[in-house]
Amino acid sequence: MATVRDRERGGVLRSLDWVTIVIYLTLLGLGWMSVCGATYDFDQGGNFLDFGTRSGMQLVWIATSLILGTVLLLVDERLYENFSYVLYALFVVLLFVTPFLAHDIKGSLSWIKIGTFSIQPAEFAKFATALCIAKYMSASDYNISRWWDFGLTCFLILLPMVLIVMQKETGSALVYAAFFLMLYREGMPGSVLFSGVAAVVYFVVGVRFAADPLWEMPYVSLGQFTVFLLIMLFTIGLLWVYTQRFKPILAVIVYGLGGTLASLLFAKYVIPFNVVWAQLGITMAMVVYLLFLGIRHRYGRYVYVALFALASVGFHYSSGLMMSKLKDHQRTRIEVLLGLKDDPRNAGYNVIQAKIAIGSGGLRGKGFLNGTQTKLKYVPEQETDFIFCTVGEEEGFLGCSVVLGLFLLLILRLIHLAERQPYAFGRIYGYCVLSIFLFHVFINVGMVLGLTPVIGIPLPFFSYGGSSLWGFTILLFIFLRMDAGRNRFVHNS
Amino acid sequence: MGSDHLYSNRKYVLGGVAVGIIVVYLIRLFSLQLMSEDFKRNADSNAFLKRIQYPARGAIRDRNGELMVYNQPSYDIMVVKSEMKGLDTLDLCRSLGIEREWFDQRMEDITKLVGYSTYTQQPFKNQLSAEEFSSFQEKLFRFPGFYIQKRNIRQYAFPYAAHILGDVGEVNPADIEADDYYQSGDYIGKVGVERSYERELRGEKGVEILLRDANGRIKGSYQNGKFDRAPVPGKNLTLSIDIELQALGERLMKGKLGSIVAIEPATGEVLCMVSSPTYDPHLMVGKLRGANNHELSLDPRKPLLNRAIMGTYPPGSTFKTSQALTFLQEGIITPQTAYSCTGGFRFGGMKVGCHGVHTLALLPAIGTSCNGYFCWGLYYMLGNRKKYKTIQEALTTWKDYMVSMGFGYALGVDLPGEKRGMIPNADYYDKHLGRWNPLSVISIAIGQGEVTLTPLQIANLGATIANRGYYITPHIVKEVQGEPLDTLYTTKHYTHVDARNYEYVVEGMRRAVTGGTCHTANNPWYEVCGKTGTAQNRGHDHSVFMGFAPKEHPQIAVAVYVENGGWGATYGVPIGALIMEKYIRGELSPQSEEQARSFENRAIHYVYGNGQR
Repeated sequence: MATVRDRERGGVLRSLDWVTIVIYLTLLGLGWMSVCGATYDFDQGGNFLDFGTRSGMQLVWIATSLILGTVLLLVDERLYENFSYVLYALFVVLLFVTPFLAHDIKGSLSWIKIGTFSIQPAEFAKFATALCIAKYMSASDYNISRWWDFGLTCFLILLPMVLIVMQKETGSALVYAAFFLMLYREGMPGSVLFSGVAAVVYFVVGVRFAADPLWEMPYVSLGQFTVFLLIMLFTIGLLWVYTQRFKPILAVIVYGLGGTLASLLFAKYVIPFNVVWAQLGITMAMVVYLLFLGIRHRYGRYVYVALFALASVGFHYSSGLMMSKLKDHQRTRIEVLLGLKDDPRNAGYNVIQAKIAIGSGGLRGKGFLNGTQTKLKYVPEQETDFIFCTVGEEEGFLGCSVVLGLFLLLILRLIHLAERQPYAFGRIYGYCVLSIFLFHVFINVGMVLGLTPVIGIPLPFFSYGGSSLWGFTILLFIFLRMDAGRNRFVHNS
Repeated sequence: MGSDHLYSNRKYVLGGVAVGIIVVYLIRLFSLQLMSEDFKRNADSNAFLKRIQYPARGAIRDRNGELMVYNQPSYDIMVVKSEMKGLDTLDLCRSLGIEREWFDQRMEDITKLVGYSTYTQQPFKNQLSAEEFSSFQEKLFRFPGFYIQKRNIRQYAFPYAAHILGDVGEVNPADIEADDYYQSGDYIGKVGVERSYERELRGEKGVEILLRDANGRIKGSYQNGKFDRAPVPGKNLTLSIDIELQALGERLMKGKLGSIVAIEPATGEVLCMVSSPTYDPHLMVGKLRGANNHELSLDPRKPLLNRAIMGTYPPGSTFKTSQALTFLQEGIITPQTAYSCTGGFRFGGMKVGCHGVHTLALLPAIGTSCNGYFCWGLYYMLGNRKKYKTIQEALTTWKDYMVSMGFGYALGVDLPGEKRGMIPNADYYDKHLGRWNPLSVISIAIGQGEVTLTPLQIANLGATIANRGYYITPHIVKEVQGEPLDTLYTTKHYTHVDARNYEYVVEGMRRAVTGGTCHTANNPWYEVCGKTGTAQNRGHDHSVFMGFAPKEHPQIAVAVYVENGGWGATYGVPIGALIMEKYIRGELSPQSEEQARSFENRAIHYVYGNGQR
């Protein structure tokens, strides 16, 4: 038994993906430098190893993460599979009780105090959820196109999401949306993903340009007009992809777009009226026309496209309502990001200061510890959510390119690793991990660059904090352990 | 193997999404970091507190070294509210002699200031006296969060020469736009010498670069002050003004509207420049400046207007000297030419009145200020078709003489806002009169009609005659510390008239003093030359005098213009005489002093709002 184990361990070392390990360690090193840069105090100078400072503490988190990672590599990977449901259940319970045990940190109820440390269970729930979904979806009788299976998968994703929203950590909850990327890989229809993206586009365009006039006509909202135009264009695109029948496409182009153009010109030059009403009428006529085609030709795809258009209209009208239901600070963050509000001292301040910090870095940056914006605390949450500012300011465009390049390399490498898993469990879990990383990088860097909403989620391996670093390490190393064991499965079976 | 899954190709989609995101972000980074300098500048202004070190503004002295304008240190107490922990409020109030209620009220008011922050210095109490400052400074260590900031305010030694000196005030947006040296809140010369010599007086601001955090807290000096710059103090100015002469002039003009300008002919230095009514320059210091300025701007007597360079008046008979010079030079007349004047200039239905019936040669014509003589002179000049092909050519020739004497254009004095006056040219008459002949324009020969000059131009005419044919552009500043004077103020401008022709006019002006219109200006000490003017206008006549003394080696040329003062001899001559006496003799004789006192108390009653100039 012992010998088998030894051999297995040697096997782990030999079959471990060292490329990923090197990327991981490099990111950790760069991340620690950034935390040093972000927390360095011009007055006190810096003793980065002092555990009283954030850089010193981050070093503790890094060291413990490495130990944690090593331990995870030693665990038999089959344990993860076997205990995945138990872990999921444990974390659901933990997430449920967290708000009751938590002490309030800036309005968030997600932190539990253990001794002198505080941990954030939401950061660890990700790997448990990923394991659970992977286990559930890798069952031999699982079929994603069955409503029940797909619905239960969604439920497994949404349950922790809802519990985390209850901790007032909307940002962390949104991360679970990343699992839909994995679902897409596992066969979820692309149209679902497309609908999601379309919904985001409708929302952003609708809210951003709601109050702007179209073509100097104050009674026509540019946002609404554009959304209706997009609905029509998306419909045409879907018809093209799914039906490839030219007659109805031509009809929609001629009557739909032509009618829109005609009513636009009519409103501009003859009798002013709100063109959106005409668009609504035209879109409804198009829906009816497609439904009619669907019934006449007994061809369901027309119906689906018609439903897409109908749902789009419904979504557009309900998004205004959604905006009013959001919490004040969330609405403000969205509005600031979309350029509706210009309030440099509040929510917009973060984004403006972040851009100033990054923009001032130039090509080569100001050099390690020489950043003035980040060090003098202009950038809020500079060592956590806005850590990328420090990279931008001190290391410049070159440093940013290296960091983003490493993240891209990590994600592409993980895709490669996921695809080489012999069983669905490993592949699904791998896609969960890389989707989470991608989502974090996408949102975190995007918000610092002023491109995505300001959703407070950490940048993996960079943001200060033990919980997130441990969380990411656990996510990654469980997968690395699975990958290292991939060959043994083949031999044993 | 499970990896050859049905949807395996979707890995390319997901990989593509990841690549797409990173590429978009790199493009964004590229545009933020490499395409725009704005962020870098923003970052610097964010993190670097450039504490401006204000230089001392240059002092201003009169021609005898008398200090006129200087800086007075003033001390403001500043407070940083976030550092006030442990403050003994009662102790502070006692030390400053303020009430507890005042303290509380002030602390409340501070929060409403623009740019308020609990971490930065806010003004607590302004302009402490030197004693208050020194006693408070000793106790300052007991009051955490309280600081003393030194500032300089402009101080004036005399209540005179407000128009010349001008004042300083906060820059307006146009100033900042015009010169990026200035920042909001800086001070700049607004009018007078303070404005025209702003660049010399202001010096060069220094800067101390400090690092500050987002709360405005100072985190120390940047690179140990390597990039700091010490301020360069402003340059001192010495004016050509004689403050005693200026004071006398302002005394004499009390209760009257008008102006006195005195010039040293040899140098073009302005010895005094009085514009009446005037105001005390102390009114324009500190916080009261705005309110006082506003109040003065509403005064119908227009005390803010520097009439010496901004008032354009008909020069009246003082202008006849320039006509005599022109006619002589052009050969229209000789000194012996005599015209008969039968109570004025009469031709056809035209009449320009004069004061007697006589036939006069040039010198007596100047001495008695005969209107007829100069009207005939201009009539013959403009009508001379042998010499000038057209009347337009004749008038153009005339105009060129006038311009050569410094009329019709701003002279270029070193004060802002100088007006050019009016010398009509042929185009002007073509446009306004259509067909015209010498008779249509004849009144310009006696300084009426379209002709207007500033008092400075009249005084400059006196200086030109005193110099027998040239002038140096009048200027107020005699010396800028460590800099040569602008060559404009050292260059002789020759008129188109020869020096010998000037001698006749000098002689005529001498006759006006010895036995003509200016006889009250005669005195036993030195030979005065003068010319009166009685300028007609819509109201009562203006009283004008232009003269210089002594006749040989003149030391001073003076012009006096008293609005609605009647005959030139009523106000113009005696005031001009007093100015010359004061300057040449250093002080006034007892009789003259008596006379000065009486003028000081003579006010002219003006009715405003009926089109007075």
